[in-house]
Amino acid sequence: MTSRKTEHETPAGPDLSRRGFIKSWGAGAVAVTVGGGYQAQAAEAEEQPLAAEALSRVELDVNGRPHSVLAEPRWSLLHVLREELGLTGCKPGCERGECGACTVLLDDVPHYACQVLAVEAEGRRIETVEGLLDGETLSALQAQFVKEDGLQCGYCTPGQVMAAEGLLRRNPDPSPDEIRSAMSGNLCRCGAYAHIFNAVAAAAKVRKG
Amino acid sequence: MPTEETETQNIEGQTPFTQAPDNPAEDKAEPWGEQTRIVGRRHGRIDGFERVSGGAVYPSDVSLPGLLHAAILGCPYPHARIKGVDASAALKLPGVHAVISSADADANPEWHQGGRIFNDTCRYEGEPVAAVAADNPYIAADALKRILVSYEELPYVSDMESALADGAPKVHPDGNTVKTDSYSRGDLKQGLEQAAVQVSGQYRTASEMQTPLERHGCVARWEGDQLTVWESTQGVYAVQSRIAETLGLPLTRVRVIGHYMGGAFGSKLDAGGYSIIASVLAKRTGRPVKLFVSREQTLLTMGNRPPTRMDIRLAARQDGGLTAIEFTGRGASGAYSAGGASLLDWLAKDLYQCDNVATELEDVYINAGPARPFRAPGYVQCAFAVEQAMDALAEKLNMDPVALRLKNIPKGSPAKDNLPYTTDGLRLCIEQGAQHFGWEAARAEAAKRQDGPIKRGVGMAAANWFVGDGGPPCTVIVRLYADGTANLNMGASDIGTGTRTVMAMVVAEELGLELDAISVENADTGTCQYATPSGGSKTVPTEAPTVRRACLAVKDQLLDMAAKQLGAGRDQVVFAGSEIRTADGFESLKIRDLDRLSNQKVVVGLGERRHNPDDVSITPFAAQFCELEVNTRTGEVKLLRMLGANESGRVINRLTWDNQLIGGVTMGIGFALTEGRVLDGPTGKLCNANWHDYKLPTALDIPPELISDPVMLNDDQANIVGAKGLGEPVTIPTAPAIANAIYHATGVRPMATPINPLDLLPRLNQET
Repeated sequence: MTSRKTEHETPAGPDLSRRGFIKSWGAGAVAVTVGGGYQAQAAEAEEQPLAAEALSRVELDVNGRPHSVLAEPRWSLLHVLREELGLTGCKPGCERGECGACTVLLDDVPHYACQVLAVEAEGRRIETVEGLLDGETLSALQAQFVKEDGLQCGYCTPGQVMAAEGLLRRNPDPSPDEIRSAMSGNLCRCGAYAHIFNAVAAAAKVRKG
Repeated sequence: MPTEETETQNIEGQTPFTQAPDNPAEDKAEPWGEQTRIVGRRHGRIDGFERVSGGAVYPSDVSLPGLLHAAILGCPYPHARIKGVDASAALKLPGVHAVISSADADANPEWHQGGRIFNDTCRYEGEPVAAVAADNPYIAADALKRILVSYEELPYVSDMESALADGAPKVHPDGNTVKTDSYSRGDLKQGLEQAAVQVSGQYRTASEMQTPLERHGCVARWEGDQLTVWESTQGVYAVQSRIAETLGLPLTRVRVIGHYMGGAFGSKLDAGGYSIIASVLAKRTGRPVKLFVSREQTLLTMGNRPPTRMDIRLAARQDGGLTAIEFTGRGASGAYSAGGASLLDWLAKDLYQCDNVATELEDVYINAGPARPFRAPGYVQCAFAVEQAMDALAEKLNMDPVALRLKNIPKGSPAKDNLPYTTDGLRLCIEQGAQHFGWEAARAEAAKRQDGPIKRGVGMAAANWFVGDGGPPCTVIVRLYADGTANLNMGASDIGTGTRTVMAMVVAEELGLELDAISVENADTGTCQYATPSGGSKTVPTEAPTVRRACLAVKDQLLDMAAKQLGAGRDQVVFAGSEIRTADGFESLKIRDLDRLSNQKVVVGLGERRHNPDDVSITPFAAQFCELEVNTRTGEVKLLRMLGANESGRVINRLTWDNQLIGGVTMGIGFALTEGRVLDGPTGKLCNANWHDYKLPTALDIPPELISDPVMLNDDQANIVGAKGLGEPVTIPTAPAIANAIYHATGVRPMATPINPLDLLPRLNQET
């Protein structure tokens, strides 16, 4: 995040000189290491700031299995889940924390994976929509999304499912207002919200048994 | 219908609803009737598993060995001349494989909207200037920042009025008027003179942007001279032909695949510049290339519903009968001809009976992203004017708004020489909706709740949609296997409406199978039959009769086989569910017991879409009802409940039907209350090029009660399944229904979208 912000401040267009660019680019690299939780570890290991594009080993706990990937400090968790681990259920919609299509659970709490650096996710329990399945069997929540038709094009759906999963873990018996509120961070341009609410309410019932 | 054909092709330069020459044979078959086994049920999607599991591979999920990631550099100004592009620094960056721009003639083919893929003069912010392919998206983004472009900023216009002013900067050398159009019937002057009452007003709608969740883009791969493109699209064949035409390739050398796609709403009916850029970069690098534009670029460059200004005058006798309708509409295409005023007058001239009508349309250029068709182009905007004017007229006549509309129901399409409708759908929608909503009681109750700062209001609006009839060309194949299961092969994309499931239900119904015995392959020009793009609410009425036709062709062959096997005459065998029986009922055969089928392993049925009857107008209808509260201290609007009554012929899948309705209303709520492109005066730049500032409806913005109330009838005159289009009619009446309810609550008439507290509050203070 910090890295991207710094790059946005880079002068663009005809005034851009190569020297000026390198200067601000270097500043971006520093910002990453002081900005994230990765700082201490990086400092111990290398004792100097990493360049933004330098690969380093990142240990991730995804869907209950350990993964070890080489990642740039600036890579988002979204990028690593999709491009390094092939978990394409995590969808890019805006890559700026607006739509929720990339929602995953970190320690049971929904997060936008585009707003989390991969290095920040170390030590967290990461769950994606793929992790909800048991083999080829859908979870009760996913099955209710199908049954109640809580989707149209389906692109936002994995994110909706993860937001709902986060809700039901912290609140197994949500009221209609609590469902609406919990789902309000996930855009559905097709406008299937009313059916999504039905799916979440039905799943809560099924999970209670 | 020549007039209709002209109009359909006018929607955009992109001809999304092209009509093919009619087949000679009219489509006839015994209707299914009232008793159906599968059709009409609520059924979850047959591809639901893929969509909820994360397993569905959308084009943006496609990954291939050696894949490169591309990105586009957009012009930062609304109007600029490019003096030079220096990509040398970008090309030195490790991980960058290619950079292309207007400086690169080989990489810059002509583009159908005028000009080329990269133009030396950029006419809207975000217009592509250069593109890069790199090892990953981060390096691609780094590379864009190293491309040095020298711009000469040019004067620009970003609103319609400025564009038409004397001495306005010209978007194109020949001026800022794209085109004008007019229509009339009867004698407007006479109609106005006959009237006891007139109302008039000027309504404006802001530009609304499609912004589907999956951004626009594709993955392109060459194998020698064979190009394969995985594209997020509504129509693989439309993309195929555009790419082939642009790159000068035979159709057979271009394969387009779009099994899943993450929304479009009209903005992915055709290939984009990105399709060409990805293909060129892939060719140049010898590597597959993925190019999905950024979210900001979707808002800047991937289409919009054109902003409009509409002047409307309605005149009526004291009994409510309309005597004259005058409508003048202006819309902005953006920087290229893109249907700025397409279909903008259709509801004015076609919704209600009226002998004297005159309309004028004007489409203008401005320096902003070109429009693209957006769910019911023109109709959504026009409804905001027409249906509020009807509401105002009802008040002036001291008539109930429902009664006024019922007074003016036409029997045929007024704008198509009163060509008779196949149903009385408009009346049915209004009457049924009013009854189930409890219109009269709700209006009366709301009128009592006017004490205090929270005012309650109830409003309604109606609509029709002129291309919900579907038509040729369309081909599908149904294969029945030896074990009695079937495969449907069709080109049509399922854009989220449930097309795959609906068509599988048609197959199951006709062949007497269960739904889990049907598989569907679709949206791949390499393996699937021809279809026009899924748009215009024509997918069900185009594909469903064709699918049934293919099933009938399968059954014909099965009956031949059975007759031979049973030693009966061909006319002595009939289908009974999944069995074939002799007419006397003595002998029967299960389909999988047909010897001939066991031997040849498969029966192939071909379906071709035949033409519609030309002596009727096949039209879907809609009415919506809204109850809301307005907080007069804050200007906030709180939706309490909405009901949508639609007549689109037969309901094939009630579950996905309801989903279309709630989705259309939700989208209409955004258009009415929160969405609008904001172009900055001093810079001409888009102020809300993201989803924080451009506000889509969220889960908190829909009413707690949102009811789908279909008018259940089978329109057997329409086609051999009796179904018409639904996806567009469900969103047309929403904004005026809300606006009319706001007026009912407050006495303040919303004259522009989005109806936000900032605009509403001062008027509430002044006028109430």
